[in-house]
Amino acid sequence: MSSAPGDGILGPAVPGETAGAVLQVRDLTVEYAMERGTVLAVDQVSFHLDAGEFIGIVGESGCGKSTLLFAIAQLLAPPAAITGGSVTFKGRNMVGLTDRQLTTIRWKDLSVVMQSAMNALNPVKSIGAQFSDAMRAHGVTTKAEIADRSAEVLRMVGIDPVHLESYPHQLSGGMRQRSMIAMAMLFTPELVIMDEPTSALDVVAQRSLMVQIKELQEELGFAVVFVTHDMSLVSHFSDRLMVMYAGQVAELGATRRVFDSPLHPYSIGLLDAFPSIRGPRVPLTGIPGSPPDLARIPVGCRFAPRCPKVMARCTEEGPELYHVDGTLVRCFLHAENGAGHD
Amino acid sequence: MTDPPAPADGQRDPAGGPRGPALDGSGRTLLRTEGLTKHFKIGGALSRRTLHAVDDVSIEIGQRQIVALAGESGSGKSTLARLLARLYKPTSGEIYYQGRPLSAARSRADLLGYRSDVPMVFQDPFASINPVFRVSHGVMRSLKLHRPELSSQQRSGEAERVFEAVGLTPAAEVLQRFPHELSGGQRQRVGFAQALAMRPKLILADEPVSMLDVSIRIGLLNLMTQLRDEQGVSILYITHDIASARYVADRLIVMYAGRVAEQGPSEEVLANPKHPYTQLLLSAVPDPRAPLAIGAETDRGEPPKVIDPTPGCRFRWRCPLAIDECHQVTPELSELAPDHDAACHVARSGADVRAFG
Repeated sequence: MSSAPGDGILGPAVPGETAGAVLQVRDLTVEYAMERGTVLAVDQVSFHLDAGEFIGIVGESGCGKSTLLFAIAQLLAPPAAITGGSVTFKGRNMVGLTDRQLTTIRWKDLSVVMQSAMNALNPVKSIGAQFSDAMRAHGVTTKAEIADRSAEVLRMVGIDPVHLESYPHQLSGGMRQRSMIAMAMLFTPELVIMDEPTSALDVVAQRSLMVQIKELQEELGFAVVFVTHDMSLVSHFSDRLMVMYAGQVAELGATRRVFDSPLHPYSIGLLDAFPSIRGPRVPLTGIPGSPPDLARIPVGCRFAPRCPKVMARCTEEGPELYHVDGTLVRCFLHAENGAGHD
Repeated sequence: MTDPPAPADGQRDPAGGPRGPALDGSGRTLLRTEGLTKHFKIGGALSRRTLHAVDDVSIEIGQRQIVALAGESGSGKSTLARLLARLYKPTSGEIYYQGRPLSAARSRADLLGYRSDVPMVFQDPFASINPVFRVSHGVMRSLKLHRPELSSQQRSGEAERVFEAVGLTPAAEVLQRFPHELSGGQRQRVGFAQALAMRPKLILADEPVSMLDVSIRIGLLNLMTQLRDEQGVSILYITHDIASARYVADRLIVMYAGRVAEQGPSEEVLANPKHPYTQLLLSAVPDPRAPLAIGAETDRGEPPKVIDPTPGCRFRWRCPLAIDECHQVTPELSELAPDHDAACHVARSGADVRAFG
């Protein structure tokens, strides 16, 4: 793995912290209060993230992965709200903090790169002006310091600092994404949360950006939570992988292990949904059916209606997360080792 | 993105379009282009800059064939599709459909006939279906327009038939739903059903699965092969996902910066890529089954510049193998293996091209 996180502008990490874990999510539950009833978008999700670790969170649309990410970043807005659990970042529970308290954490210790970040840039301000705004908001006011740091982070992502003068429309999609990532690096955060940052790019630019993110991460030592629907994208970049289904953790384990020997039938289905570029051309089926309506969660395993290995028990009671050789999996096929949690 | 302009109801052409016998004697090629070119003038009124979106493209699409058109953003693949859909008028070059040049077809009936033979399915199923109508609306409308000989009862039957053909069952019930009640994958199936209602010969599918979840993409790809096998339609499948191209396509055309870089049977092109750009595309595909490897590749994935291009290979700025000739002479497509063409000076010289991957 990478070196210890840099001290950054905030100074050293809070003392007295449990070794390693920069983020501890515990039984996090998010509900949307809708007219048609309560939608349980994230249901008691727990995981931890060590300093400098890269975790990929995958699942299909509506599985709650983006909601989970917003909940971690404390960015949820009504009708969504955290109704249970905690998000401990650097030893401090962020759930329930006021905006003012959160402001001191955001950008500096924790930054967020959104899906289609290219549209998250202000179109009427130059890249440099937007960097400057973020730095001023966090107390960096000297022009020289702002200019130096802005040029430095832009160089880090492989963009010539002359583009500080450029406006977003003058940059390509890939460069805008890189600029957003550069902006997230302004204060050398310890945690960067990314929501499908490459989904708007084509395959060559996507690959190049992933390599860039990984290089930056190894150089600067920040931890990454990376949400995507494209499992193959993180296959070579994340340390651990969390597969989400219908608001729950379906499987959580070392990335390579999940890819090489997936345990949950849903993970197996997701992996089998990728046509391969090499090897024999085999017919694939994907995963027939669609995820359950999270306002009317069925009894039993939530994947049961789509599962090729469904058993009688699956439709009667919901499986817990079970330990299998350091991996967690929510499936009765692996229940023999007893329940566990991360 | 807009639909082709449709005339108001009541102005329908009673002739119903030219569905006479094909004049093309070959019986094999359905559509081909010759030197197809589209330039856009850009900048203000006084600007003389020209964007070469599609330059000198000659391709062929056979009957019952899925042809994948692959390339990154800015490669001209969507412009080419819109030229084929006659949403754009070519700057020069010609499209031959069933052996007849399209520029000769000027009557409304001809145009309507071509559009029903060659419909388009769009990328964004959330934007391409009118949200205020039930999904039956679009299908019924195109049936009314393109197949006026059908009675209203026949139209309903036909709508159900095409919905069943694309896997939207029970068709009668799905037809009565509103778009927001359908998932992305189902909406995209509606797009294919609408195209199918016109009894098409060739469906132009512009990134039809790129907005869909990975778990349901395969279903749509399988649908495309099923439409080819069971309905006999050809499909031009435009994508930047070369792995999915391999999965469905009989032939593969790789475009770069408005020109065809390489073309041939898809398995052959992917097993023996001749053009360095095809190799780059291949090396960028994440393959979860392959072992972990971060290549030393430094390619930034910046889109090509095709504004007032000078002669020479358009990939030369990114190509690690570029030689002097690449900077001076635009490479033409030449057959480097049976039925396998590439536009690369280095590959043509017989050298074993291995630029990426």
